[in-house]
Amino acid sequence: MTAVARVYRWEVAKLLAQKRTYLGLGAAIAVPIIFVVVLVLKSGGPNDVPLGRYIRDTGLAVPFVVLFFMSIWGLPLITALVAGDIVASETQNGTLKTILTRSRDRGEVFAGKVLATATYTIALVFAMGLVGLVAGSLAWGFHPLTSLSGTTVSPGHGLALLLASLGIYVLPLAGIAAFGVMLSTVTRNSAASVVGALMWALLMQLLGVLPGTESIRPYLLGTQFDAWHGFLRVPADWVPVTRALWVCALYIGIPLVAAYLVFLRRDVAGE
Amino acid sequence: MSPAPPVEARGLVKRYGDIVAVDHVDLVVEPADVFGYLGPNGAGKTTSLRMLLGLIRPTAGSARLFGHDPLIDGAKALAGVAGFVEGPRFYPYLSGRRNLELLADYDDPVSRPRIDEVLGLVELRDRAKDRVGGYSHGMRQRLGIAAALLRSPRLLLLDEPTTGLDPAGMRDMRDLVRRLASDGITILLSSHLLYEVEELCNRVAIIRKGRIVYQGALSELPAALLAQPGIDAVESRDGELLFTADEDAVAALTVALGRARIGFTALVPERASLEELFLGMTDGESSDHDRVAEVAV
Repeated sequence: MTAVARVYRWEVAKLLAQKRTYLGLGAAIAVPIIFVVVLVLKSGGPNDVPLGRYIRDTGLAVPFVVLFFMSIWGLPLITALVAGDIVASETQNGTLKTILTRSRDRGEVFAGKVLATATYTIALVFAMGLVGLVAGSLAWGFHPLTSLSGTTVSPGHGLALLLASLGIYVLPLAGIAAFGVMLSTVTRNSAASVVGALMWALLMQLLGVLPGTESIRPYLLGTQFDAWHGFLRVPADWVPVTRALWVCALYIGIPLVAAYLVFLRRDVAGE
Repeated sequence: MSPAPPVEARGLVKRYGDIVAVDHVDLVVEPADVFGYLGPNGAGKTTSLRMLLGLIRPTAGSARLFGHDPLIDGAKALAGVAGFVEGPRFYPYLSGRRNLELLADYDDPVSRPRIDEVLGLVELRDRAKDRVGGYSHGMRQRLGIAAALLRSPRLLLLDEPTTGLDPAGMRDMRDLVRRLASDGITILLSSHLLYEVEELCNRVAIIRKGRIVYQGALSELPAALLAQPGIDAVESRDGELLFTADEDAVAALTVALGRARIGFTALVPERASLEELFLGMTDGESSDHDRVAEVAV
């Protein structure tokens, strides 16, 4: 096992030993379940959101609708909860100096932390999507899905589209996580980093709805949460998908490079 | 060429704004030394050790461990080196053993096979399954030693290892340090306790307000201090320092100590203990400025 892989394994183990990880994962799993239970008990529904009208037609529609609602602040919050803590908590507990006086270079420790944060982010999205799919299918069955173009998509194809959508949806969330990691590294304060990363996500949403921002809107982080719409059109619209790929690469890459450079050089002293 | 010494610091400076926490410190620790780094709280001991371990960047100067500078060579400079600064810290939500497993995996080579041995050495085998969050201060200190020993170090850096321990814990810790030293491990131990350094160390550096005021063999300290004309028959006996001198020489000595910026609290006729001399060099002039530096560090 390489050095980074060993660090990564322990970073994941540390996440699995902490309550906040389960708080985040639990919330991501609970939301689609609550969503389905409420819609089973009550009539009416989210008719004005993509695929909202078809939510009782098939369990396949549920995760897509939940993705929309959770992009506003739910997933950014539970992502920030871990990303904002990943370096700062070690600074505050003094364990950063413990691991930095072993045989691992700072770059290896940082890489392990980034990979663990990415793992958590991916787990959140897929856990939420798959739990939504199962809960929805139990309630309304696993039937063909109506695409955003109005065509009917077979359940198997719909499932493939869901997995692709979850995959592209991870990217803007990783952008928020990367910002959280940067704050966590720079501020050394867990709470400030969690709140700061959430504010960053909310600012991106706000910019997207303000008048006069139309020209920059396609390049805002919040907009990329809708990139999956491209998969749900017939034929598939690759424009939002490819744009999400490169726009998110910048939103992920820039904060991570900044955090990396700070982490390599910073003084590790008591707080 | 002789091999590089375990510790070699040259002109180390660390500045925090206007505060100079460490001011041109030169330190050389030779193989098999038990080196005492003595000074009052806030004198710059911990900051110096942090620079040695590469945790913080010196404002000026260099630190080398066995010839390797951690700023240049990264973690490779810490090969054969272990220890802790400002008390060992662990993940409170993991057990003692899990903490050691984690740290062992961060070592080159992976040091897992030694976990049982080091747990036994610090007498923590019975509590290894418990979370560190529930450990007493003394148990954490011992776990800190265990974590350091996992690396089979040739050089051990220990920052105030007995601070906060009860008398029995202090005695056990000192026994352990003695045992490790007798195994041939070079030890750099910081302390604000004179008698601890006196008991354990063969060489000493005394730091005050970030500056080294004395460095050398412990046994030579009184002589170095008292190498003044008119002062004779310097003798250390049962921890006490005796010398004979006429009153003029004693007066000259106080002036010389003052010029050397060495404060002292008392000069007692017929009885001036080694301890008093040490205290004069260290605690005697501790001031608010020191405390400011400690907070800023």
